[in-house]
Amino acid sequence: MIITLLALHGAVGIGMVATGRRLGRWAFAIAAIAPLAMLAWLATRMSRTLDGRVESQSWEWVPALGVDAAFRLDGFAALMVLIVSGIGLVVLAYSWHYFAPDDPGLGRLAGLLTLFAGAMLAIVLADDLVTLFTGWELTSITSYLLIGNEHDKTQARAAALHALLVTSAGGLVMLAGIVLIGQAAGTFRLSELLGDPPSGTTVSVGLVCIAVGAFTKSAQYPFHAWLPGAMAAPTPVSAYLHSATMVKAGVVLLGRFAPAFASVAPWRPLVLAVGAFTMVVAALRALRQYDLKLLLAHGTVSQLGFLVVLFGSGIPAATTAGIVAIVAHAVFKATLFLVVGIVEHQAGTRDVRLMTPLGPAWLVVKAVLVVAAASMAGIPLCAGFVSKELALSAIDGASFAGHGVVLGAVVAGSALTAGYSARLVWGLLVLPGRLRAGTEEVTVPHPEQDREPAAIGPSAPAAGFVTPVIVLSAATVVLGVWPSLIDRLAGAAASSLAPGASAHLALWHGVNAPLLLTALALAAGGAVFAGRRWIARLLRLGEAIPSGTDVYLGALHGLNRLANRITALVQNGTLTIYVGIVLVTAAVLPGVVLLTSATWPGWPELMGRPAQVPITVVLTAGALAAALVRRRFTAVLFLSTVGYGMAALFVVQGAPDLALTQAAVETVTTVLFVLVLRKLPDRFEKRSSPLTRTLRCAISLAVAAFVFAFAIVARESRVADPVSDQMLERALPDGKGRNVVNVILTDFRGFDTMGEITVLAAAGIGAVALARAGRRRPASPLAPVRPRRPEPAAPAGER
Amino acid sequence: MTRPRRHDPSRVIDLIDSSVQVIFHAVLVASVYLLFAGHNHPGGGFVGGLVAGGGIAVRYITGGIAEVRRLARFRPWTILGLGVLMSTVTAAVPLAFGNAVLESAKSDLDVPVFGSVTVSTVLPFEIGVYLAVVGLVLMVFEAFGDEYTTDPGAPPPSDPSPAASETGGQPERLV
Repeated sequence: MIITLLALHGAVGIGMVATGRRLGRWAFAIAAIAPLAMLAWLATRMSRTLDGRVESQSWEWVPALGVDAAFRLDGFAALMVLIVSGIGLVVLAYSWHYFAPDDPGLGRLAGLLTLFAGAMLAIVLADDLVTLFTGWELTSITSYLLIGNEHDKTQARAAALHALLVTSAGGLVMLAGIVLIGQAAGTFRLSELLGDPPSGTTVSVGLVCIAVGAFTKSAQYPFHAWLPGAMAAPTPVSAYLHSATMVKAGVVLLGRFAPAFASVAPWRPLVLAVGAFTMVVAALRALRQYDLKLLLAHGTVSQLGFLVVLFGSGIPAATTAGIVAIVAHAVFKATLFLVVGIVEHQAGTRDVRLMTPLGPAWLVVKAVLVVAAASMAGIPLCAGFVSKELALSAIDGASFAGHGVVLGAVVAGSALTAGYSARLVWGLLVLPGRLRAGTEEVTVPHPEQDREPAAIGPSAPAAGFVTPVIVLSAATVVLGVWPSLIDRLAGAAASSLAPGASAHLALWHGVNAPLLLTALALAAGGAVFAGRRWIARLLRLGEAIPSGTDVYLGALHGLNRLANRITALVQNGTLTIYVGIVLVTAAVLPGVVLLTSATWPGWPELMGRPAQVPITVVLTAGALAAALVRRRFTAVLFLSTVGYGMAALFVVQGAPDLALTQAAVETVTTVLFVLVLRKLPDRFEKRSSPLTRTLRCAISLAVAAFVFAFAIVARESRVADPVSDQMLERALPDGKGRNVVNVILTDFRGFDTMGEITVLAAAGIGAVALARAGRRRPASPLAPVRPRRPEPAAPAGER
Repeated sequence: MTRPRRHDPSRVIDLIDSSVQVIFHAVLVASVYLLFAGHNHPGGGFVGGLVAGGGIAVRYITGGIAEVRRLARFRPWTILGLGVLMSTVTAAVPLAFGNAVLESAKSDLDVPVFGSVTVSTVLPFEIGVYLAVVGLVLMVFEAFGDEYTTDPGAPPPSDPSPAASETGGQPERLV
């Protein structure tokens, strides 16, 4: 059933991408079929899953490599399915109002969203590492297409490429890790692998590779910069992919691996250091943003760091906390993105410095924003508070080395999170009014700051536009007030990751260390917000540090320069040099071996049949003449003399088939040569210097000597029976033909023939393309001097 | 009106024109024979295609690229692609029956008039190769070929220089 449901996502998605032009907004309604089916199926399996039972399904994919498309629904997978499909539904409902009804790209967008959802579900349900990797790459590709949805904008295309390059490079590293670990364990099956974890240096290297893959996907430092760039995507896409689901893929993977591998060096120090660093530094960056979406993006990076710490530590209690945090974050961050989307949709900007104050009709939206931001800050009665409490108590109670530092980083990160949550609310609800009244100045003015602001504030959004975010923030409050509601689900999810983990969620745990730490973090967050002017000045110092985008661009430019250098070195464009290198390599490398190891078998008979003599004379004369003449055309004719001579030699040797082919090839190539020669000067351009001429002669002689010696030595060095005997024998019974050459071409070596005609096709396309490219350049030095014939009226490619 | 001189270019071309009509069809028949005979006698799709390519070259001599274009209903790249596709599909079909790639089967049929005819699955593969080669030749003509113009208003062909006549078919004469 799992495979059927995933296939449904694929079918709906591809169908809409291919044909969805006229659907308009109805595309979102059709797209909703897939997540609805998924949720309905999940509902029927929920009670079994909550009891800790798993359901698996697999399909033999590459049996020779032991790779199956294997899926497994356990507690954690069920929770992630709930998030992916649930938030997916909300986002689809929201998109109905977000996009203009007659936008022709909506079918494509909705189709891509569905494809993405299918790929993401494949990741969370995968029980096979190769299957997981496939889903992983599919999410990268759909994310690329979705970020670049407005493909007429350079910025969107660049951001899409950035995300694709970083995540797919990480994906490749991860693939290496998957292979290493799969080989060490002897299986790619996740459940078997985690049940009986392998160990050793190979596994350690593989784990680092997998962690790097997870870091790129989950936007951890130093790979984070693609995520803020990805905000070029339409807001529903940002809310769905780049906050609620796709960026969690790395966290999910870490969560699967950590309980089994956390104690293997260097997993825990690596993951915790990267996660904690990301949590703090990204939160600092978020504090500098005026663009609400960018603020949320940096906040997401920071929160992902938090999740990496929780899931990567491999401690059962932290895993439980991570599960609650992943739910809380998906809900509140999606809400915030969608609210910012509403504001941008109505106000036309998402930069708070240009915003007109929101009127009283915005009350509901404002309330939703405050609730979600409170959850992000970790204020009691919201889901975020519950998760933060659990996290702090888990890390506080852990015993691994350096857990105090991690605890400190998490408290600092939480404080900064509270700070930027306050900045978000203040920026949207307070700052525009104050800017207008002139009672507040921003530290970094917007380039268009002096623009006359609109007199009337943005009109309030339609009720249907706001409903999805109301649903989401209601979930935030319900989970915050009554956290034990998801006790069983969180417990089943936690124990499916880390056996022995349990969840007892409660709003009030008494006055204990975590509560005090939360209070400390909130107070510090308040202080950060209150001292925002001073902090803003401090943070401006950080502009001197190269940002992740700078590093990315630098790496890209460096790579391009390196490629240019290498290309200039190895592809210098001189045919003579290419041919020279090929010939010298062909003669020298085997020639050395021939000289050192082969024994000279003695001269063969001077001639086999008398008819060979005149033919050989013609051949030699033709070859010499072709090398000596100055006109290209004459050279070609002499060359074809050599070719026909070869055909004659084949006839004498009793190979009519070869002779026929040789003669036909020679005829056609000579004709084609003549066609091409008309475009070239009549004579070879210039006499080369004596030095080069000597060099060329030397190379030619070396090649000739080698081929000659090789032919004689090879003939006498046979140790095995020639394969041709077997072919002669089997031609009629196996190949069902009496012409052995033909049977070889079409049967025994049929693959070669297929390859060759594919090369023919490529060569033909290349010839036409080259010729046409040449025709477009009127003043080419190689073009014939006579006037061009008029081009046909229709463009050549469309005939 | 004087009698045309023996070496009047227009007369030579007329002569070529009329003989090409005969030669071309003979060459085509030969190429198709080679294609079908290939499995048991010298020949095959590749050679057959090349011989047909030679025939096409002869037509090009008389009529330029326009004449070559008239030969086939499809564009050269369509023919080339069709050939590659046909060969690939033929190669892959045995997979569907659990056999190895390109595994061939044949059966003897009794056809009236022709007698016993052997039908082999190699044939479609060979036809694919044939089409690919023919397509390639057509494409090269398409790429590098020129129009043959008999338009009296066109600039007269330059007199072949002694050096040019020595090399035989100077292409400039055709333009």
